[in-house]
Amino acid sequence: MKSSRLLAWIAIAIGVIYFIVPLIGTFEFSLRMRRGEYTFDAYQSVFSDLQFRATFGYSMLMALLTIVFGMLLVVPTAYWVRLRLPQIRPVIEFITLLPLVIPAIVIVFGYLRLYNSSSWLPLTNTTSGTNVLLMFSYMTLSLPYMYRAVDTAMRAIDVATLTEAAESLGAKWPTIMFRCIFPNVMSGVLSGAFITFAIVMGEFTMAALLNRPAFGPYLQLVGANKAYEPSALAIIAFAITWLSMGFLQLVSRFQKTAPLKA
Amino acid sequence: MSTATLIDRRKVIDWLGIAPFMIFALMFLILPTLYLVAGAFFNPQGEFTFQNIKDLTHPTILSAYWISIKVSVASSLGGALIGFFLAWAIVLGGLPSWIRSGMLTFSGVASNFAGVPLAFAFIATLGRTGLVTVFLNEWFGFNLYSTGFNLLSFFGLTITYMFFQIPLMVLILTPALDGLKKEWREASEILGASNWQYWRLVALPILWPSLMGTTLLLFANAFGAIATAYALTGSSLNIVPILLYAQIRGDVLHNPNLGYALALGMIVITGASNILYIWLRSRAERWQK
Repeated sequence: MKSSRLLAWIAIAIGVIYFIVPLIGTFEFSLRMRRGEYTFDAYQSVFSDLQFRATFGYSMLMALLTIVFGMLLVVPTAYWVRLRLPQIRPVIEFITLLPLVIPAIVIVFGYLRLYNSSSWLPLTNTTSGTNVLLMFSYMTLSLPYMYRAVDTAMRAIDVATLTEAAESLGAKWPTIMFRCIFPNVMSGVLSGAFITFAIVMGEFTMAALLNRPAFGPYLQLVGANKAYEPSALAIIAFAITWLSMGFLQLVSRFQKTAPLKA
Repeated sequence: MSTATLIDRRKVIDWLGIAPFMIFALMFLILPTLYLVAGAFFNPQGEFTFQNIKDLTHPTILSAYWISIKVSVASSLGGALIGFFLAWAIVLGGLPSWIRSGMLTFSGVASNFAGVPLAFAFIATLGRTGLVTVFLNEWFGFNLYSTGFNLLSFFGLTITYMFFQIPLMVLILTPALDGLKKEWREASEILGASNWQYWRLVALPILWPSLMGTTLLLFANAFGAIATAYALTGSSLNIVPILLYAQIRGDVLHNPNLGYALALGMIVITGASNILYIWLRSRAERWQK
């Protein structure tokens, strides 16, 4: 038993070294901008870059829109499948897992062929059309996580009884959906939202190939042209991921303390 | 007659409820993919042909697939092995519980920390002026790059990919290890089994579908990734996603339909490993009831 504990400590130590050293290395590198001393100059340079603000804001807005429209698509669907079409659940689940199987670059390649300027639905012709297409691509990417999160939350509530109760009190569909179902699966909605946020903020392939000024392509551009700013940006990106995941954990802990019904 | 129409109407409403989702999935997931798959079997003149599939054996393309497969296999096997030991350490190693929760939280973050910033982190660490490179040189007089090591290579990419592969393995394997029942270990000990025999004859046979399945998932995960590789190596490393990226940008293969075939090849490889994963997971779940 003693030796296995020693082995476990060794495994953890190796793991910690592998994971911590790149983070320390990145942080140290980001402070090296001025010769001979450690300063936050690289961060200052990043934050004062207009393009940083513009692309960061753009991706933030995209993430919010993706979350709102994604949830408007996913929550009613998950609800309806549980209530009326339980037999089709495997099919829906299979579809929601497809974005993990088909690489993002293949999906966006398909978009560029199907929705280009000479197609039946020329979304890429206009800026707003391309923005919409990019948002749809993000919805597709986050589908596996959103659907899983919402469906898990929905398992904990009795959808049929809730609906009947609301109907017998005279509620119409919008009321049932937004005042009854949504609040009850809020924990799932939020955890889906945080992971979507983390995905969209760092996403590169879709935005680069659709030529939109998002944060991911900006990161790549800075990486190709500057020395110290990329490290500062990597630290910022890591902080964003960490924050999103922190909130996600907070939400799922909240979910566990909520009453669970089979 | 009237009841029949009533039932039909109800059915129609039932199906209309999932229509938005189905239309979305068709338009932005299924049709774009099918378009490429179908396009792989036609030539630019619109005639049916297998020529594009045959052309995938062109040396550039074949070597791209080969490097991609090598990087994916190496990073998924390495990630699986190290991830397994880490998961074993936090579940069965008898360590304080804060290590377990800390490790799981960190894994949640690190498995999502991919893409361009991950490349930056490794350039700052193992690049020519990175922390570790400089440290080894100044303190031990050891020049990492004189050993032929290069971050912008197969080996460098593999090490970098493992940063998100290992945490993913830890996250998926921890519940599987939690599912190993104490009774099995006790029973085997009473029957006189050694620790090694317990692992070889009891624990690993139960775990191997999870292990294999997750390794396949990691493989597909690495195979489709592009952002990290692109930010790390530019287009100097010839892997399939980067070749496809260049093809989408500027038709480097001089044949749009060959690009479709390239995409088809990717779908076939990630699809096959995912199907195997799902099959293995359903086998693994038999023991977790």
